[in-house]
Amino acid sequence: MTMDRTCGDPVLVNDWHIIADLTALPHGRIRMARLLGVDLTAKKSETGYTVKRLDTNEPVAATERYGFLWACLGTPERDIVTIPEAAETDRHIISGGSIGVRVSGLRAVENFLDMGHFPFVHTGSLGEEPHTEVQPYKVHLTEGDEVLATECRFFQPAASPTASGGMMVDYVYKVVRPYTVALYKSNPVQPDRLDVIFLFVQPVDEESCIAHPLLCYLKDGIDAAGVRAFMQFIFGQDKPILENQLPKRLPLDARAETPIRADAVSVYYRRWLRDHGVTYGAIPARH
Amino acid sequence: MIKLYDYELSGNCYKLRLLMSILGVEYETVPVDFYPGREHKSAWFLRVNPLGQLPVVDDDGLVLRDAQAILVYLAARYDTSGTWYPRDDARLLGEISQWLAFADGITATASAARLHDGLFYDVDIDACRAGAHRLFRILDEHLWFGEQEGRDWLCGAAHPTIADIACFPYVMLSEEGGISRQDYPAIRRWCDRLKRVDGFIVMSGIFPASRARAA
Repeated sequence: MTMDRTCGDPVLVNDWHIIADLTALPHGRIRMARLLGVDLTAKKSETGYTVKRLDTNEPVAATERYGFLWACLGTPERDIVTIPEAAETDRHIISGGSIGVRVSGLRAVENFLDMGHFPFVHTGSLGEEPHTEVQPYKVHLTEGDEVLATECRFFQPAASPTASGGMMVDYVYKVVRPYTVALYKSNPVQPDRLDVIFLFVQPVDEESCIAHPLLCYLKDGIDAAGVRAFMQFIFGQDKPILENQLPKRLPLDARAETPIRADAVSVYYRRWLRDHGVTYGAIPARH
Repeated sequence: MIKLYDYELSGNCYKLRLLMSILGVEYETVPVDFYPGREHKSAWFLRVNPLGQLPVVDDDGLVLRDAQAILVYLAARYDTSGTWYPRDDARLLGEISQWLAFADGITATASAARLHDGLFYDVDIDACRAGAHRLFRILDEHLWFGEQEGRDWLCGAAHPTIADIACFPYVMLSEEGGISRQDYPAIRRWCDRLKRVDGFIVMSGIFPASRARAA
């Protein structure tokens, strides 16, 4: 059973992953979590957070950031992703609500990167027919080893809760870690600034995940609950699509699924996963 | 105007939005941050509904809770066709009430399983799924025999009633709780029929019927 396989990929084992929203972790109560196929217990006390493996009762590295509890099963080789926008005081910095999805987290990241599905899955908000064309955009690797897609443009009838009509929306996508992806999107009220969504995906096991969206939206014209409601409205549409994808793991073989030009960032992402030795939640490429 | 205390991902809130859309009733929503904010358990909301549950409507000062009760009220008050809750048909009213109670059973099983899988509610997931399958089997047989008799809907009428609206959402969302509808072909056909009713709207997780007319 692939669900029971624990993870041996150093790039994942030695990195931080979210395992809980802190608001769901009351003082003194033990909460179960599962990360990379390993069952964990998490507990909050006066001195901080304690996360232990259920199988060995050994503690693992744990810390809090952005309102979430994070854990690392191995030895952390780098810090949690820094989000400069999360320090800007004129933004809501809130969780969109952690939601479990029965699919590989890599599929969830790839779906987040895809504009082609907007008119069909997010009809009337992020897209609508006949505006179905994904115009060519650019993809490259940053100096920080992130996959960056720029010059993404798409017509959206209701791009955000504060949009007052259809508009061409500019997007930048950035894959920062194998299970972490960010979206920068023009704000309808302040067109020169960007709303930011970080999607931190917790790989529960190879075929299920928990999506933890961190929303960094300009406060101008919208309250926090409105931002959160819009995120859930959109993600609730993606969830059944994701859960019906087969295979549930992401194939990394270039011949496994047929991409079109609009999928350039997905193609890049899959190659980047191969280059970083990510096999957990993936179907490795044939040689 | 009717005020609906609403949460987008709630099937019980959706069934009210659906009926009001079909009836052409105007309403405004008060979004309640059900998850993760738990605003339905906040002090201000408990004054609206001491049970701490969604949905609630406020129609010109009449505050009503309970999705099924609100369906009864909305149809009895606003349905000019008189078909969704026929007030003078004793037999049909009995059947409708029977299926409204059945809808509560679907909420307690299929909806609970969905909350477990998606939002991490602490419930006995195996019992929820088994309970949902038991209800779906009963529902599927009832609909299948109905089709043999030329009955398209839950109750013995030539048109849908609020019983169909009440049972529909958490049947349609069941796969999010790990409950497949593969073995219930009559349920699937009934869902497609409901999706073709004039005024039908979707919610996140429920998609419209395909454009091609079903055979």
